[in-house]
Amino acid sequence: MKSAVFLFSLIAGWLFAATALAQPANPATGPLPGDSVYNLDASLVDQDGKTLRFADGRGQPRLVSMFYSSCKFVCPMIIDTLRRTERSLPDADRKRLGVLMVSFDPDRDTPEALKNVAAKHKVDLMRWTLARAEDADVRRLAAVLGIQYKLRDDGDYNHSSVMILLDAEGRIVARTERMGELDADFVNAVKRVAAP
Amino acid sequence: MLASCLLGAITLAANASAAGAEVEYRDIPATTFISVIATEEGARPQAIAAYSMRSEPVTNAQFLAFVGEHPQWRRDRVPSVFADSRYLSHWQDVEQLGVGVLPEQPVTRVSWFAAEAYCASEQARLPTWLEWERAASASDNRDDARSDPVWRQQMLDWYAKPSNNVLGSVGGQPNLYGVRDLHGLVWEWVDDYAAMMVTADSRGQNDPDRLKFCGAGAMSMRGRDNYALLMRVAMLSSLKAADTTNNLGFRCVRDGAVAP
Repeated sequence: MKSAVFLFSLIAGWLFAATALAQPANPATGPLPGDSVYNLDASLVDQDGKTLRFADGRGQPRLVSMFYSSCKFVCPMIIDTLRRTERSLPDADRKRLGVLMVSFDPDRDTPEALKNVAAKHKVDLMRWTLARAEDADVRRLAAVLGIQYKLRDDGDYNHSSVMILLDAEGRIVARTERMGELDADFVNAVKRVAAP
Repeated sequence: MLASCLLGAITLAANASAAGAEVEYRDIPATTFISVIATEEGARPQAIAAYSMRSEPVTNAQFLAFVGEHPQWRRDRVPSVFADSRYLSHWQDVEQLGVGVLPEQPVTRVSWFAAEAYCASEQARLPTWLEWERAASASDNRDDARSDPVWRQQMLDWYAKPSNNVLGSVGGQPNLYGVRDLHGLVWEWVDDYAAMMVTADSRGQNDPDRLKFCGAGAMSMRGRDNYALLMRVAMLSSLKAADTTNNLGFRCVRDGAVAP
């Protein structure tokens, strides 16, 4: 009996060590923290028509926002504010930062429409993703991100204009509703998270 | 031992099928409707397509069966991003109601995410506020009883009742459409709870502060006598999607009429 316990603990210890060794230095494969928005299993389609998961962004800090491309004024300003924010980072750090913009408007924001927005604003599609999602996933995404929106009768959307900083594990580190100018606290948080 | 196990299994199956048989959706015909929430477009009637609504809120027994089939919604497994720490905390154990928690009581302490997932499992969705309000405005003999002083008084009597009483069970008097317990039992999640107060036009102002969505101060309401409905709006608008409360439950709807 005693030897069985010994054997068991030996095996358990070995298994534990093996598991620990099998864990790569990159934490992007372990269980997600409970407060990670990547617990949400949402499907996106990007500007190239490629299907991806929201949680694919795990492993890299990201700026996330929601918009719709037929919006004339505020949405271009959201893009502009995202670009100004990332430009305030040193080049090397900026390369570590992803940017995700998800549309509220799956009807009109086709991959082509999203591609046009990307081209018009000259965003770096190596790091930026413009995406659409089906209605139910739009609602869930907006809910985990704390973004309010409402479709109006005239086809426009009322929505809160928010920029959210996620760490590599998908935890919300900072958020700002300041648009059209840099929010110093938010920029500092981005710098911290994107630093090596 | 084997016999009692079998017996247990049979009883469980019987309960499950009994619970399944109780799930009824009632037709709510298409209409045009003016909500108590006046948005810029709300001043004129809004078209509501036909839908069907669960005749009763989701019960503890039904939610327990859901949690058994979808263990990611157990209170010990649900990520905190989807439900706060009080989620289902009145249940005795993760898959056990326990003493004082009745199977026929509406389930409460459920988050919007959990309610949404439950409805999806029933091939349904959460109602919009407009759909909920439209169904909840019917009395037992009127399509829209909101101007009926007797009906209003009934509403107010419930909303004035202290909430420390023991939660009742589902199965109250049906309204015109055969839907029960829209008033008198629990508050209910709606799909667009977060958008109910979005009245600011965020498309055209260049003052950064005005780009944010407007808070309670900016809300204007129609039918100020409808305190009962306005209280719901105020309560729902104060929530976040992971929040749970002692008296907040839900029911589901489906597009279109019930298949004949």
